[in-house]
Formats: sequence, structure tokens, C-alpha cells
Amino acid sequence: MLLRQSINGVTYRFDGLKELLAKATAARSGDELAGVAAQSAVERVAARMALADLPLKAFVEEPLIPYAEDEVTRLIFDRHDAPAFALVSHLTVGGFRDWLLSEYATGHTLCALAPGLMPEMVAAVSKLMRVQDLVAVARKIEVVRRFRTTVGLRGRLSTRLQPNHPTDDPLGIAAAMVDGLLLGSGDAVIGINPVADDVASTGRLLRLIDMVRTRYAIPTQSCVLAHITTQMAAMKQGAPVDLVFQSIAGTEKANTSFGINLGILKEANEAARALRRGTVGENVMYFETGQGSALSANAHHGIDQQTCEVRAYAVARAFDPMLVNTVVGFIGPEYLYDGKQILRAGLEDHFCGKLMGLPMGCDVCYTNHAEADQDDMDSLLTLLGAAGVNYIMGVPGADDIMLQYQSTSFQDALYLRETLGLRPAPEFEAWLAGDMPRQLGTPMQVQGIAAS
Amino acid sequence: MTDTGVKRAAPNLRSLTAARVSLPMSGHSIATSEVLEFQLAHAQARDAVHAALDTEAFARRLRDELPMLAEQGVEVLTLRSCAVDRARYLRHPQRGRSLDAASAAVLKSMPCDLAITIADGLSALAVERNAVPLLAVLLPRMAKDGWTMGPVTVVQQGRVGVCDAIGERLGARCSLILIGERPGLSAADSMGAYLTWQPRVGRTDADRNCLSNIRSGGLNVEEAAERLMGLMKTARTMKLTGVALKEGAGASLLEG
Repeated sequence: MLLRQSINGVTYRFDGLKELLAKATAARSGDELAGVAAQSAVERVAARMALADLPLKAFVEEPLIPYAEDEVTRLIFDRHDAPAFALVSHLTVGGFRDWLLSEYATGHTLCALAPGLMPEMVAAVSKLMRVQDLVAVARKIEVVRRFRTTVGLRGRLSTRLQPNHPTDDPLGIAAAMVDGLLLGSGDAVIGINPVADDVASTGRLLRLIDMVRTRYAIPTQSCVLAHITTQMAAMKQGAPVDLVFQSIAGTEKANTSFGINLGILKEANEAARALRRGTVGENVMYFETGQGSALSANAHHGIDQQTCEVRAYAVARAFDPMLVNTVVGFIGPEYLYDGKQILRAGLEDHFCGKLMGLPMGCDVCYTNHAEADQDDMDSLLTLLGAAGVNYIMGVPGADDIMLQYQSTSFQDALYLRETLGLRPAPEFEAWLAGDMPRQLGTPMQVQGIAAS
Repeated sequence: MTDTGVKRAAPNLRSLTAARVSLPMSGHSIATSEVLEFQLAHAQARDAVHAALDTEAFARRLRDELPMLAEQGVEVLTLRSCAVDRARYLRHPQRGRSLDAASAAVLKSMPCDLAITIADGLSALAVERNAVPLLAVLLPRMAKDGWTMGPVTVVQQGRVGVCDAIGERLGARCSLILIGERPGLSAADSMGAYLTWQPRVGRTDADRNCLSNIRSGGLNVEEAAERLMGLMKTARTMKLTGVALKEGAGASLLEG
């Protein structure tokens, strides 16, 4: 399909949906690196104008990657819910933006629409949206998921407590866990990124979290973010697996580079559900994503990084996950150059995930070679709070001493809850009001945890 | 003392981890002293990322402080990658992996066992602090083990892959690159060392073996040199590096 847009007598041509989407995207160092970005500011707006006039139906007619070549494309087309799509199938992409912002698009309507939306439609409309649009529409959508806590209720903000340690030291991990719990962190999950990706140490760390959880009767879920196959092996050996984690991407080839495919995810989901460890629900999957991952695996098929990202949400959606978060600034400046690019990408990811029907959180973060600092993170954090993000990270002092990047602190979450009047997940809020936190705060608890 | 409302939660867990636990707080926010400590750590990391490696001065230092090089007739050459500045280095990884035309022209075929490259990577500070001390320990051990050396190259705006371009032009059997790692808040001067058997353009990280966090307070140069010699010997025996070469496999191979 050849698409055209004339501006002041100059005609801009876009060879197919892939090129149109890429050129309509807000400036991104990763798209420039891939050679798919608009060549000028005017070409970018021309692409947006052409995109605004494109019928949403065009995405049902033209897959970005051939159906036969890519299992993510097959998933997108096979699972597309045409009756749900009928509500907006007459709209153009520009008309869809207007409709989303209108009073017709209520939270209830958008939840019913989600299965009818392909990721490319969602990516397309996000490219026409300003930051305030991304906030205003995402805010309407409530996506609630349950395991031992209920995460995503309106007026609530949860956190993943992330007590990483550069040598997986039980004492260091326990100290970070206790510090976070005492500051109200950990109602989305207590999740450790392990240094050693092996079955024995994954099992050890899972038992450590599980022991703290049961000893202090904490309503939350645990996760050790080893490779999914390592977690499954640990599960087979009887390790207490609550949530199963995996990084995912938006093309089959990129997922292959992660050592996974849809079959492995399905198997893990079924195995974890069969353990029936949840008390208030049975959402057991935890996925992380991030713009640029497909390009970094040279598996982007010429698709821009933001559209690839939304395709990863189609993968996540197939497994009804408890938690999904973009790790937005982790990948580095060759994909998201500075605070401005990270900020918009974080809000796009949250909006697109919610519109796809996912329980979106965000790791608000940056690395030291990106042009960003704490002020940029505070801005993104506050905007995500306004947009109704399900959860953010809780890292001691925002400084992850294992992964060597900066995320959000326990205090950042307290700031957001206080400033926007948000509360923790109800089960966890009740725990915080009880006597257990006082016991956890008495001397020698950390030493006791690490020794057992 | 004025009471500004700053409190530190009990118990104090700071002695149990290097993580920023038990921070003093005012209300729900982190107290001034800790906010500034964080800013200082970030500033040090940022300065390390953007500091330039003065390659000429560094080459002089190598010649002065490592007289072994001159004794063995080993040249020290300064080179540039295709990334002309830091902004382009950060945005275009591929440019940091290739040599600019003038640098490529300097390199003539000179078959050798090992080509050593030193590159700024993401922290010039890391190589300025750690490269010379490491080589001071490593070079005598290499000489004793019979390794012949190509010229030592010092590269500005280099990524790990630049060692492939250099090793290929020289015709080196193996390449060792010492390079500044991405600075974290706790350390801005960590150096990495990557070993690549038969370096040639197009190698990936899966083809290399890496030692990380070489710095005072991390992996010290004595231990790093010891482990590198172990890897080099195993690489020479197995004629490969990368995922198939496991550290520690060397001893049994050599003994067996």
C-alpha cells in the first residue's frame, strides 16, 4: 500500500504501514539507529497526517510481518476479536483518537473493546497523542488482577519491592526487604533479579522470600526473575513459585533471542496455575518489556521500536498476567536518548498496555550514560500516577546496586501516594495497619531471616 | 540544633548491605544529606561517561611506566574509532566498533599471539586508573609463557568490537581489550577485559570471555591477571574463546 500526504505542494510518500508508523513516531534515537525514523520534522508531521486519515481496518488487512514468518503475528491475527472491534471499525486512526478522548469512551467501553484492538492500531493512535492524551485516556481504564493482593483498583498504587544484591547475599537481600516493607513497599510483588541464573540459587531465593512472607503473614506474592526455564525447573523441584517471570518482545525472532516462544510461556502459565498458590486470584504471570529490545536483537523487521513494544503486549495479553511493566529507561541512550524520550516512551507504554487490557506498571528508570536524572524520573513518576499506573518499583534509595541503574525509591512511592491520595492494595493496607510491621521493625529480625 | 523533622527509621540496616537502606527522612521524603550524596554519586558517574581519554598522553604513560614494551620492541599506537565525539558514540554503537580511515591505514599486518587494545568505552577514568597496573602484572607473566605481542593500541571512542577490526588487520591469533564499563553509582571506574580468539569483524559477545569490575575495591589487578592468564592458556589450547570456554577448565586441560 502506497500512502501519500501533500504539504504546500510537496508530496510525501510512505511505502506501506510499517514505514508510515515509523515515520509518524516521536523522535527516538533507536529508530534513527535502525534507519526507519522520519528524515525531517515536516516529514514526521506529514506521516502523522496520513496516519490520521488511515482507516483502522487497514491493520486487519496488512500484517507488518508476513503471517507465515512470525508466531506473534499469527497470535495477533488469530486472536483478533472482530465483534469487539465492530465498535470502532468504521473509524480512521485520527477519528479513533478523538473518540478515545470523548465521553463515549468510558472505562467500561474500553475494557470491552480491548480484545478487538490489534497492537498496531493501539501503537498508531498513540503516535497521534500528546502527553496529556496518553494520561487522560489511560486514566479511564481500570485493569485489576489478583493473586494474594488485588492490584490495579482505582485510587490504589502498588509497588514491586526489588531487593537486589550484587552477590545474592541473603543478609543484604533481607535488609532491603525489611527496609522496603517497613516503608509500605511490596504489595505488587517482592521480586529479586538474581545474579546467578541457576536452579539451586533460584530455589534458595524463592524460599527466602517465602519464609519472610509466611513468618510475618504478609499478603503479597514472590518472584525470582531468572530465565523462565530456570524457574520452571525450580518449580519441578518443589520451590515455592508464586509468579513466573519472563522478559518478552514483539517478534518471534526477538523472543527466540530471549530463549523463549509462546509454547514455553503457555507451559509455564499452566504449571504455575496448577500450584494454586493464590488466595484471592490466579493471575500468575509477570512480564517485562521495553522499547528497543527487538532492534537490539536485530529482530525488528524494519518496524519502529514503539510498535514492536505494543506487539509484545499482544504476547503478554494471551496469558492474562498479574503484572506487566516496561523497563523504560534501562536499555540506554542508543534507543531512548534523554529524559524527554524516556518520559514520552514511559507514558506511551503505559497507555498502550492499558488500552490492550493489561495491568501495566512501569520501571521508571535510567542509566548513567543517558541524558537523564532524578528530575526526569520525578516528572515521569508523577505523570504515571496521574495516568493510574498499577505499580512502580521500590529500590533502596532508587539505586540498584546489582543491575547498576537508577529506578524509584520506597520514598518515591510514598511521595506519589501522598501527593495524589493513592493507597496500597487493600490486603496489604490492612497488613500495614496491623501489628506485624511493628514486629518486623524490632532489632535482629533481618539477621533472624538470613539465618533461617 | 534545630529540629528539621529528619528521622531515621529503626533498626538501622546500613551495616548489612551496600544498598541505600535506612535513609534519613523528613516526612515521606529523603533528607537533604542523602539527596546530595546521591547527586554526587550520579555526578561522578556522569563525569566518567563524558571524560575524554587523552590517548597521546596515555600512550606516553604506557611507554614510561611499562619499560618492558620498549625492551621487547612493542610499539604503542594511538587510534580513533569512527565515532567522532561522545554524542555520536552513544547514539551509534557500530561507529565505536570500527576504525576511522587514518587509523586503519596505520595498522599493517603483523602476525602475533596477542594484540592488546585499551579503549575508553564508557569510562576513560576506569582505564586511566586500572589498565597500567593490570598490564604491569600481566606482561611479565605473558612473556614467561611465551606469548608474542603485536603493537599495543590505544583507542578513543572505542567499543569492545573495535578489537576485532584491529586484530583482523594485524593478523593476531588472539585479542585482549581493556575497556571502561558503564559507570554505576557505587563505582565509576570499573574496567572490563575481553578476550577474543581469532578476532575478526562480526564477532559477537558470545565469542568472547569477559572479566568485569576490575578496580580497587572490586576485582584487583593481581587476581584479574591470574584469571586472564588462565583464560589465555585455555584459549590457546582449545583454539577458541566464548561460551564454549568455561573459566577454570584450563587447569584440568593442561594437567590432563
